[in-house]
Amino acid sequence: MVAFIIRRIVQAFLVMFIISSIGFAIKHNVGDPVWQITGISVSKAERERIREQLGLNDPVYIQYINFLKNAAHGDLGQSYFYKKPAADVILDKAPATLELVLVSSMIIVVLSIPLGVYAAIYPKRIFSRVVMGGSIVGVSIPVFLIAIMGVYLFSVHLGWLPSFGRGATVNVGGWRTGFLTVDGWLHLILPSLSLSSIMLPLFIRLIRSEMMEVLESDYIRYAWAKGLKKYRIWFLHAFKNTLLPVITVGGVQLGITIAFTILTETVFQWQGLGFLFMEAVERSDTALLVAYLMFVGMIMVVVNTVVDIIYGVVNPTVRIAGTK
Amino acid sequence: MNAPFSDKTKPLLSVRDLSKIFDISGGFLDQLTLKNGRLRREKTTVKALNRVSFDIAPGETFSVVGESGCGKSTLGRTVIGLYPPDGGEVHYGGERIDTLSSRRMLPFRRRMQMVFQDPYASLNPRKRVAAILEEPLRFHHPDMTADEVGDRVKEVMEQVGGDVQWLTRLPHEFSGGQRQRISIARALVVDPEFIVADEPISALDVSIQAQILNLMMDAREQRGLTYMFIAHDLSVVEHISTRVAVMYLGSLCEVADVDRLFADPRHPYTRALLSAIPRLGKKKSDHVRLKGEVPTPINLPTGCVFHGRCLYADERCVREIPELLKQDDGVLAACHGVEEGRL
Amino acid sequence: MSALLQVQDLTVNFALRTGDLTALNGVTFALGEGERLGLVGESGAGKSVAGFAIINLIGKPGYIAGGRVLFQGEEISALPEEAIRRIRGHRISMVFQDPMMTLNPVLTIGTQMVETLQAHRNIGQSEAEAIAVDKLRQVHIPSPEKRLHQYPHEFSGGMRQRIIIAIALLNDPQLIIADEPTTALDVTIQAEIMDLFLELCRQTRMGLILITHDLAVVSETTEKIAVMYAGEIVEEGRTEDVVRRPRHPYTQGLIAALPQGDDQRGTRLNQIPGTMPTLTRIPPGCSFHPRCPHAMDVCSERAPGPLPVAYPDGGGGMAACHLYDPNLGDR
Repeated sequence: MVAFIIRRIVQAFLVMFIISSIGFAIKHNVGDPVWQITGISVSKAERERIREQLGLNDPVYIQYINFLKNAAHGDLGQSYFYKKPAADVILDKAPATLELVLVSSMIIVVLSIPLGVYAAIYPKRIFSRVVMGGSIVGVSIPVFLIAIMGVYLFSVHLGWLPSFGRGATVNVGGWRTGFLTVDGWLHLILPSLSLSSIMLPLFIRLIRSEMMEVLESDYIRYAWAKGLKKYRIWFLHAFKNTLLPVITVGGVQLGITIAFTILTETVFQWQGLGFLFMEAVERSDTALLVAYLMFVGMIMVVVNTVVDIIYGVVNPTVRIAGTK
Repeated sequence: MNAPFSDKTKPLLSVRDLSKIFDISGGFLDQLTLKNGRLRREKTTVKALNRVSFDIAPGETFSVVGESGCGKSTLGRTVIGLYPPDGGEVHYGGERIDTLSSRRMLPFRRRMQMVFQDPYASLNPRKRVAAILEEPLRFHHPDMTADEVGDRVKEVMEQVGGDVQWLTRLPHEFSGGQRQRISIARALVVDPEFIVADEPISALDVSIQAQILNLMMDAREQRGLTYMFIAHDLSVVEHISTRVAVMYLGSLCEVADVDRLFADPRHPYTRALLSAIPRLGKKKSDHVRLKGEVPTPINLPTGCVFHGRCLYADERCVREIPELLKQDDGVLAACHGVEEGRL
Repeated sequence: MSALLQVQDLTVNFALRTGDLTALNGVTFALGEGERLGLVGESGAGKSVAGFAIINLIGKPGYIAGGRVLFQGEEISALPEEAIRRIRGHRISMVFQDPMMTLNPVLTIGTQMVETLQAHRNIGQSEAEAIAVDKLRQVHIPSPEKRLHQYPHEFSGGMRQRIIIAIALLNDPQLIIADEPTTALDVTIQAEIMDLFLELCRQTRMGLILITHDLAVVSETTEKIAVMYAGEIVEEGRTEDVVRRPRHPYTQGLIAALPQGDDQRGTRLNQIPGTMPTLTRIPPGCSFHPRCPHAMDVCSERAPGPLPVAYPDGGGGMAACHLYDPNLGDR
């Protein structure tokens, strides 16, 4: 198991290395940092001096090593627009996005498991058919449309929920959280629901199909033949085996949710990373873009690594075999 | 038909010290393991064949028996060239074939054919039977005209008890037995001398098994074929073979004429195996009980591969690998006990 | 010998869109206490369906369309779900074909044993574990205490089948239904498992229904044999009678198709022409008549009922074949 975890962590570092290469390639080839720093009113000689100072005349590999060194220390360059370190900007905006993703993930997990399991156990019941039909509709409607419809219905028409922003937040040790105020929660409802609307139907369908497959297996039939009670068969024997593939696929999907925040945050003016990313694109803020890429990449890698390790814990064949 | 070998004593196939090792350790990262607190790179290998030697004379039906995982299928595939060996030599018709380039190997690929176990997996589901049968013929005989190809395919189809109408159909339209007939037809269509049949009947029902066995025996009579027959069903092996090799964990334990093997098995493993065959109407159970569990070919035991389960193993068996030695009556047995005369 | 199990005219249908298919067609047999019966047939003959139908565990879309199953005098084929659950794994246990697929891969052996006890008896964890260890010892699993905490993949196929047999024994059942218990195993392991079954049946006086395609295995293990073909029992009798003096042409063909050993080596085997019909295409009359060497006109017209057949020593059996119909006078 230890060897298995070490392997996964080594793999995670390899992936981070590749992501950083892409980040460096963008930084190196898109935009001219000297122009971004100086504007147009500086003499050519002065520019050359700054260029030398920034190490932009060094060979590419030295620049890359420096980039890696800095990145390892959390220095991802200066944001041209905010005039502060890009990493600081990212960290400032990260809590908003992470809270949004966390709540969405909760919604997905809490709804998809019972719905998926129910639809697998009673595939012919009307409620199952409604759930499955609804999930197809859910998959096919784009997230921004759901967001806009939600805003129209609950904010404009009914006036129950706020339509943009995070509402009142509390600063807890540098982390601005919306979890501690009622206003913050009210502001979370629409964005998190519309963000979860992409993955929720997929998860329901995934859990249902995996569970149905497991229910057909020999060991489930054997469990019936042993005279076990149905709830034990469904929720222990079948569900635990359903979890294995769901964890693998699901972990990756939850990571992808972060990417979808770009749309959701833009619609709801949610001051998070996705919103920041759109701004950075508009302003050609290369350093910030690279910082976003690295940060989100890192989160994805961490999520995937954790998922793999959880999978190893749940699945005894991985845990003991190790080399398998 | 092929000219039979003038010199009957000369083996058609000769295998010497054949070894095959599979590396199952995966990528670099998968090879890392933690031992005594230190990370190490370790390769996991399966020693599927360990210095296997035997000869097959023309016209023989040489059966290889053993339990699952003993390497009998690997042996068949390595002999025919599907797997490159990791050691040893394969000679066919006096020529060494395991080192030949694929171009030089081509004529041998026609002379040596293979029939697989699973008739559901070994036929391309998207090709009509005619195409399945014509393909090897066109490949090995590019000079044949379309008419000649068609005639040959029809002729073979009838020989295996099929119908000419089968040719226009797809594999999924046939039952398991019919598919195995088609597989055999595919092997026979290029007029081979030697067929490796890897468990050709084990996926089939009893009444169908008899049909396929009869077909194979008929083809042997008519065409003077030589078979290497790989199977786990000993009563079938007893029926069809002229000589039998018993395999355990990648090594040969015993090679003998079928009569001798079944009448007077030497190797303790052969004895256990034969005693375990269920016989119609046999009431008393006199199964030889083996001790222990079958080891994996990943960590081969020292000495005789069978010693951990053998009731007669002594200290020498743990230490020293027994050679396949010829007994007075020509039976080959790899057992220290047999050699020392205590078995 | 009092009847342990009576299966009467049991019929199982599969409800398909195109209509019902009959997988089991009026199957009747009985089993005495402690008796061992072999249910033999080729794939698709309906022998597994028969086994599962006894404990009313037929996978959808199958259902029992007729007949009844009496177990110790009680009709169990019409019991409500909860009542039949109390019989499964308790008074009637099953052993499945493939030990690699039968145990749940993510639960320990101990969990899978303890739950089987607790599903039927009100006992605590430690008491249940003690029984589990005891049963593992009974099927010759070494160091059973340690084994409880291991997962199925840590065992070889033969060991797993022993564990499954131990699970079957947990609640001291009166009947074990073993569905091809050794088909997925090697021949030496098969011999060990069959020896174990015999040993256990003698120790505990429990009944055994051995479902298999392998006549030789059955002939070594059971006292009675029922031969199935296309969803029906075509012959039934004492094992030695059926094996040595088969009466139904199908049984005769099946036995003749087996390699007979030394004196007939290398000869052509008897082959039954054609294949068993699929459920959608069962011929009218006797379902075996298109493959039967003795087929008469009547065979394609109406199905033969079960007819008594006699043996020289006074024993009797049953064959569903017009050859044994005294009114036809063709014998």
